[in-house]
Amino acid sequence: MTETRDISHFIEHLDNGRARINLAVEGITCAACMFAIENGLAAVPDVIHARVNLTNRRVAVEWNDGKLDPVRVIDRLAELGYKAHPFDRRRAEAEEEQESRFLLRCLAVAGFAAMNIMLLSVSVWSGNVTDITPEQRDFFHWLSALIALPAAAYAGQPFFRSAIGALIDRRLNMDVPITLGVLLALGMSVVETLHHAEHAYFDSAVMLLAFLLTGRFFDQNMRRRTRAVASNLAALRAETVVKFVSAEEIREVPVAAVRPGDLVLVRPGERIAVDGVVIEGRSEIDQSLVTGETAHVPVEKGASVFAGTLNIGGTLRIRVAAAAKGTLLDEVTRLLDNAIEARSRYVRLADRAARLYAPVVHLTAFATLAGWVIAGATWHDAIITAIAVLIITCPCALGLAIPAVQVVASGALFRAGVLLNAGDAIERLAEADTIVFDKTGTLTLPEPEVVNAHDIPAEVLSRAGRLALTSRHPLAAAVARAAGAKAPVGDAVEEPGRGVRAVIDGVEVRLGRADFCRADLQAEAVRAGDPEASTIAFRMADACYVFAVRQRIRSDAPAIVARLQRQGFAVEILSGDCAAAVEHVARTLGVATFRAGVQPADKIAHIEALKRAGRKVLMVGDGLNDAPALAAADVSLSPVSATHLTQAAADGVFLGDRLTPVSNAVALARKARRLMRENLWLAVVYNLIAVPLAIAGLATPLVAALAMSGSSVLVTANALRARQPEHDPEKWVPVFGTRSCSKEKRGA
Amino acid sequence: MEVLVFLVPMALALGLLGLGAFLWSLKSGQYDDLDGAAWRAIGHDDEIATPATASEPPQRAG
Repeated sequence: MTETRDISHFIEHLDNGRARINLAVEGITCAACMFAIENGLAAVPDVIHARVNLTNRRVAVEWNDGKLDPVRVIDRLAELGYKAHPFDRRRAEAEEEQESRFLLRCLAVAGFAAMNIMLLSVSVWSGNVTDITPEQRDFFHWLSALIALPAAAYAGQPFFRSAIGALIDRRLNMDVPITLGVLLALGMSVVETLHHAEHAYFDSAVMLLAFLLTGRFFDQNMRRRTRAVASNLAALRAETVVKFVSAEEIREVPVAAVRPGDLVLVRPGERIAVDGVVIEGRSEIDQSLVTGETAHVPVEKGASVFAGTLNIGGTLRIRVAAAAKGTLLDEVTRLLDNAIEARSRYVRLADRAARLYAPVVHLTAFATLAGWVIAGATWHDAIITAIAVLIITCPCALGLAIPAVQVVASGALFRAGVLLNAGDAIERLAEADTIVFDKTGTLTLPEPEVVNAHDIPAEVLSRAGRLALTSRHPLAAAVARAAGAKAPVGDAVEEPGRGVRAVIDGVEVRLGRADFCRADLQAEAVRAGDPEASTIAFRMADACYVFAVRQRIRSDAPAIVARLQRQGFAVEILSGDCAAAVEHVARTLGVATFRAGVQPADKIAHIEALKRAGRKVLMVGDGLNDAPALAAADVSLSPVSATHLTQAAADGVFLGDRLTPVSNAVALARKARRLMRENLWLAVVYNLIAVPLAIAGLATPLVAALAMSGSSVLVTANALRARQPEHDPEKWVPVFGTRSCSKEKRGA
Repeated sequence: MEVLVFLVPMALALGLLGLGAFLWSLKSGQYDDLDGAAWRAIGHDDEIATPATASEPPQRAG
């Protein structure tokens, strides 16, 4: 059988006879890496263009179509010391980039207009107290109108669209008063200019748009950046399958290119990336990522296997199936759909504020109008004053209060290793008071570890490690990791389902099942001490040793769980694994409430029960069986090792081998929410000062400009405080943001 | 004050020129990789190989 890699799925064929591929690259840390990669790739014949994007850690490569196998590009990157994987630019990401550019264009137009109008306005204001003639003032006002009207029509689009959308939905959001304020300010200014009046508010309207667009652009940009990192991580997980293209030829293809009915090959130690039915072979599979069970399940011809499970024993041929009725995946998908449908729409703080704010402001404006008419002012003057009230209250500070905090907080979360998908996740995270953890892969590390390595002589461990490197069995891989082995033993013979043997320095060594190594007694002893551990034995001449391998609790989990409990969170464990395993973890972590052997439907039921009891639930889980529960919870996180479906159901993903990001995320979110509230109050205080002035008819355009920029700067400065969590600043460990290039990497 | 008839359009035209330049640079992708762009400015010219010179790896000391 011959095997080749096939990445044609990812290649874009351009019109000018070139082809392009986007690669997500691991290990780009600094500018030196950027130059090394670009030079290294330019040295490959037929490569026309290679450009690194240092912000997104990606490389775009173009070559003469048909002249070059793109696999060579990936191999070249590997030679340079970078792991790369082709990258499917998802449509959502392309749309977001469009949106981001559109916001930036709007911001540029609004900024240009605001500056030029302000230039004219300052002339008018200073002229009003000195010697400007009415003709000159009118000329300046008309010029302002000439700039402001088209600029607002273009730059206001994001707000107008959102406001119309909200009104069609019969709800109120912050964009409704913003749109109303801008339109009224422009309309009134045109009318006033026609009447040769002293004041026009073109500058206020456009400056408002410029400030708000700044906030919105940063908000969008932060989210886009987070999403780019998340999809890089997904690409680097390199989910590929080995597919039979003919009876004898196999090819490694991306999962996306596999169709139901295809035949795939899964070797020992590989993760099964598709759902299907075993048509040949016999093996054991580890389903922990799917069901949470740590015990291995035997499979043979006719058995169904799920994407996300790990093949341990032998080679399997699998016929890919569409999600069939009655399978676990089908069940999970159905529950997930129900949970998403049932999820109540969370009303964001900003929208809640808008609901309160809009009626109050509009009533105040109306009362001002009525008041001035009753007091004997002309209709014209009364209307102008009422509109001035609307302009001055136009929620510049209010519109920035929340996005500004969100930008700073998502940046801090990003550095803490938490990538949030949903825009309102920060607010929901801040409200959580109950944290429900899944056990396998969440509280424990996804990869099993040797737990008794320190009981075994270093010499023996290193030999066992070198032998273990020759096998792809997960238990052997754990031994190899524990030994830190680098060089495999030559001439090792693998006996499928039993173990590997080799000869080192004339002595036969064996690694594998206890009976393969004649170590049943020792294995019994180890198992008696730790009933949940899996064992793998090693025999070297007459001596034999047994390694106990088990999923280890994340190193900082006890400290983090204790800290969360101290902070008043109710912590629970909800696992699909057997009672003994769950109880062991719960006891180690000091968690009193735990449930074992829970099915996906029961997980949802439990979370619903907690929600009915008035709790706000944060669910943290990684398994396929957790996905519906993640969607049902108020807010959810999953580790980056989780299955695709699970990550998609969660509100955010956390990176690394530690649980610290979860506690940091909650702390940062709480601080962010507090700052959002503070900012809203600052906006209220600002209004309490500015509105009486406006009602009294004293709100000149100059006052409006000062009030608007002053309050915006104030809330933005306050938002910058969201960079640090409130608790334990010394425990603050950024995951991102290190700028050093650790490895010596050179081109050529 | 007749000078305003020249000065104001000139000021606006200059401003529009700046706006146009910004929109052009945005369109041509100059803001796609701000981190990278910051470093490219101070990178050695010989490190940015062109396809024509690429067959020969750049010679550098160290």
